[in-house]
Amino acid sequence: MIRLDNLTKVFDTPKGAVTAADHISMEVPSGEICILLGPSGCGKTTTLKMINRIIRPTSGKVFINGEDTTSLDTQDLRRSIGYVIQQIGLFPNMTIEENITVVPKLLGWDKAKYRERAREMMRMIALEPDAFLKRYPSELSGGQQQRIGVARALAADPPVMLMDEPFGAIDPINRAVIQDEFLKMQQDLKKTIMFVSHDIDEAIKMGDRIAIFRAGKLVQYSEPDELLAAPKDDFVESFLGEDRALKRLNLVKVRDLASEEIGLVRPDDTLDAALTRIEEYGYQNSIVMVNDKRQPVGIVNAAVARTTKGHCRDHFQSVPVVVSLDDDLRKVASLMFANDMTWVPCVDDDGRIVGQITQRAITHHLGSRYRTHSRDDTTLDAAASLSSNDKE
Amino acid sequence: MELFQYALDNLELLMTRTIEHISLVGVAVGIATLTGVPIGIAITKNERAAKAVLYIASIIVTIPSIALFGIMIPILSIIGQGIGYMPAVIAVLLYSQLPIIRNTYTAINNVDPALREAARGVGMSQNQRLRLVEIPLAVPVIMAGVRTAVVLNIGVMAIAAYIGAGGLGTFISRGISQSDPRQLILGAVAVSVLAIIVDYSLLALQKRLTPKGMERADATA
Repeated sequence: MIRLDNLTKVFDTPKGAVTAADHISMEVPSGEICILLGPSGCGKTTTLKMINRIIRPTSGKVFINGEDTTSLDTQDLRRSIGYVIQQIGLFPNMTIEENITVVPKLLGWDKAKYRERAREMMRMIALEPDAFLKRYPSELSGGQQQRIGVARALAADPPVMLMDEPFGAIDPINRAVIQDEFLKMQQDLKKTIMFVSHDIDEAIKMGDRIAIFRAGKLVQYSEPDELLAAPKDDFVESFLGEDRALKRLNLVKVRDLASEEIGLVRPDDTLDAALTRIEEYGYQNSIVMVNDKRQPVGIVNAAVARTTKGHCRDHFQSVPVVVSLDDDLRKVASLMFANDMTWVPCVDDDGRIVGQITQRAITHHLGSRYRTHSRDDTTLDAAASLSSNDKE
Repeated sequence: MELFQYALDNLELLMTRTIEHISLVGVAVGIATLTGVPIGIAITKNERAAKAVLYIASIIVTIPSIALFGIMIPILSIIGQGIGYMPAVIAVLLYSQLPIIRNTYTAINNVDPALREAARGVGMSQNQRLRLVEIPLAVPVIMAGVRTAVVLNIGVMAIAAYIGAGGLGTFISRGISQSDPRQLILGAVAVSVLAIIVDYSLLALQKRLTPKGMERADATA
């Protein structure tokens, strides 16, 4: 847990005092990633760096796991906090192993223990220990270097990590890979993380919470979906971008909006029965045909069913797309557009049909929270939105 | 040809003078390194002190060596060392301060701020930052300063023969006073060759002392 209590930094400049961070109070619960987001010069980095006293606070306090850090020795404090910076900052005169073990060494671990720890860290970031430990930072690519930077920060297993635009200097493809790897590691590590970013997409992807800064003040501190749905003011709204509704698609899983009701036919059903069911469920075009295990094997077209006699098993087409319950809505929306569909069947891990997700459900979910701009209406959950929703 | 013959005939003396010369410069620059590097590091903490120290060191270098020897004669005579070894070493020591202090100061100051921040961020104390990061990274540039000091002072030391310090300058001063071009030229050539050889040896040493991971970054100054 990190708690900031009225943290303030005033810089004295030739032009007079500049308040870089103005009474910042916030709390990051244990095991969560909090993204500090905002334009340049908004105070996000200053706030982050006051936590490990790279910048000394003018006033205010920092609590880590409930303990006031003011009384701690600066070096001890920093050794107990993982620190990752955008410029990576690996020491070029040290090998990868020496870089990773720098904090354990400062903490006085014995040699066998920190060397084993270095190997463990390399496996965690998916780099082969024997191939890399004896090499120097200059021999590695930018992406590899920043993985080592993360490993160095994690080496002494600190409960708290500070990350200052850690993936900002890495090319977009590698950045996405490292972000994913990092999130996967975080699932096991459950560190409490403060993470500075100026990239709204990164913030939504990485953050359990997002703190928006402007001119030294904390403007809004919310969970990503809440932030996108209900920006507090015009600044936040414009910062998030006009496509913020689409950005929310990343945050919602199929699981949240899927309806369990889905009309199905079996290969043995007649086309008449299929037609009846299509009308019963209000589908416009087609219906999914499943096998005994409820796995989708095809779709039966309404047009075919109307004009033809026979069994479904003889008159079906292949299933265009299915989505898994853990897919996000962005993927669903993309598939819907690409295949000109208004609904998509959902399958579980074994490929069995468990329900469907409709375009109406998606637009309703996104729209329901935009129309009001207030938090009162946000309790509308997926189930409620679905029950009022017509099947197509 | 005549010169070559002369050198062969006086080979033993030439060797003795060369060793004298090297030891004079070596001792002086050695001491200068021991004082100049800490001073260079110390003044990175205070910009005003840095300006003052570098200014004084620059002024010292502008004093002609003959004048410097002249100033030292009455002062060092108090302890009976007015001429000879002592004033020669002190002069070279003073001349060496500028390149060594300036290069140390520049090298430490030019350590990438990101590395400084990383070193602070992992919880290194000021001494640990110097020992583990800043000095190792500064070594190539500091060594370049030492090289400059050595080469510069191999020349200065030739003049110290006039105050009886010995070294290769003896050939030159005798060559002049005895109107003997053989001695004069032998001395001059020997000083130049020595400077070149020592410079290359120190360059090799500099490369060896450069941390492995940053070989591409080594300074050639």
